[in-house]
Amino acid sequence: MIEATNLTKRYGDRYAVEDLTFTVRPGMVTGFLGPNGAGKSTTMRLILGLDRPTRGSVTVNGRAYAAHRTPLREVGALLEARAVHPGRSPYHHLLALARSNGLPRSRVLDVIDAVGLTELARRRAGRFSLGMQQRLGIATALLGDPHTLILDEPLNGLDTEGIRWVRGLLRDLAGQGRTVFVSSHLMTEMALTAEHVVVIGKGRLVADTGLASLIAESGHSSLEDAFVDLTGAATEFRSPARDGADR
Amino acid sequence: MSVLRAELIKFRSVYSTAWSLLSAVTLIVGFGILYAMVRVSRPPADPAGFDAVGVSLAGVQVAQFAVGVLGVLVITNEYAHGLIRTTFAAVPQRVPVLAGKAAALAGVVFAVSLPAVVGAFIAGQSVLAAEHLDVSFSEPGAARAIVGAALYLAVVAVIGLGVGATLRHTAGGVTAVFGVLVGPQLLTGFLPTGLAEDVYRWSPAPAGLAITTVHHDSTSLAAGPGFAVLLLYAAGLLALGAWRLHHSDA
Ligand SMILES: Nc1ncnc2c1ncn2[C@@H]1O[C@H](COP(=O)(O)OP(=O)(O)OP(=O)(O)O)[C@@H](O)[C@H]1O
Ligand SMILES: [Mg+2]
Repeated sequence: MIEATNLTKRYGDRYAVEDLTFTVRPGMVTGFLGPNGAGKSTTMRLILGLDRPTRGSVTVNGRAYAAHRTPLREVGALLEARAVHPGRSPYHHLLALARSNGLPRSRVLDVIDAVGLTELARRRAGRFSLGMQQRLGIATALLGDPHTLILDEPLNGLDTEGIRWVRGLLRDLAGQGRTVFVSSHLMTEMALTAEHVVVIGKGRLVADTGLASLIAESGHSSLEDAFVDLTGAATEFRSPARDGADR
Repeated sequence: MSVLRAELIKFRSVYSTAWSLLSAVTLIVGFGILYAMVRVSRPPADPAGFDAVGVSLAGVQVAQFAVGVLGVLVITNEYAHGLIRTTFAAVPQRVPVLAGKAAALAGVVFAVSLPAVVGAFIAGQSVLAAEHLDVSFSEPGAARAIVGAALYLAVVAVIGLGVGATLRHTAGGVTAVFGVLVGPQLLTGFLPTGLAEDVYRWSPAPAGLAITTVHHDSTSLAAGPGFAVLLLYAAGLLALGAWRLHHSDA
């Protein structure tokens, strides 16, 4: 369970996130949607205690993230797939993290197998393709067998098989009663995976509702159309219109 | 403890650590031999005042840059790759992370430097033997100078870490650590004599390096006080880094 209350973050004189209040519940996949620059990654950093909120607060399972003694056992996060030392192998990357939270070596081997990196476990991660690094990022998130998962665009760079695998993985994790909070720009994928969605635009909450009711209330038939409608007023970086292209 | 173990795994699982340490070892031994050869070719007028120990350990003054840069990289590398967020997500208490890094760094640098310094001493003395300038391990102060040289390098690495944690960028950190190690001495050229002597005496490198010599001269602090001054600089810079880590976004 993730609970944000009036969560606000200002960088300089610009609000990245403003007055966000929402709850992410266990037992289902919650999609975190918003246009580029809406504040999704910022919100996730705030949840993980990496950035300090300007105002408001956020808790994970009732406590501030930093108050958890071995946070990897509570919360698994993927913020950026490329966040590995290019000279370090997946095995050592994960082993160092495991040691810092008192997790056994067997967990490292388990998650390496689970994401399909067994063959590459001892290779230098800097040479990996984006998809391979993404798998390592997912392995990092799963390391502590956490009850809560926070994943920032985990589908980036994955191939078709990888995307299907993540879809199944997220649903399984939610099915086991875990909290799964995942951001993505792939609406068709989110429509298949998420049960609930939190939508933000320009740092503000736009919607916090079930996927089905979001689509139904928008009068559209797809999540993508509903999303474009909802965030139209709150989209900062818009692509130039093409002649004859529909919005 | 678990933080220290994690940092040790990170430290030894990348090639850049090994390369930095290898270059430090090479510089310690290589420059020790080279400097001894220079002194043999130009023997001192007064052999009584000759510091055979200090000459053989002179490579430390070059190797300090390698370990200083290593100290910077240990933390700026994590910022460069975004890994620092993974680190702080795993251990939200940032000051213990920095302490773990400092302990791992100092321990490994000391453990690797000590045999290198012993090797430099042995090799240096065998070169100096050509002019009968050599001394043995039992020379008063020799053992202290040898252990002190390895300790000096460990502390310089920690200074690099403190600077790196404060600045967070490799280029800036490397520049700053060179500045800490040679900046004040360069400055003395522009100062009036009395002030220049004081600045030199209280600068981190000259103060700390006194421990690597046995013949103490009046331009620098004695070994013990000098090393204490070096430790104060290291503690100050590490505290500055800790303050920055604690107070700003990762
Ligand atoms: N450390 C920072 N300093 C200054 N501004 C920042 C910082 N981090 C984020 N921002 C700004 O905050 C806003 C939100 O950025 P954020 O990365 O959270 O958006 P996002 O929803 O994740 O976007 P995307 O979909 O493109 O990943 C942007 O305007 C961004 O420029
Ligand atoms: Mg983002």
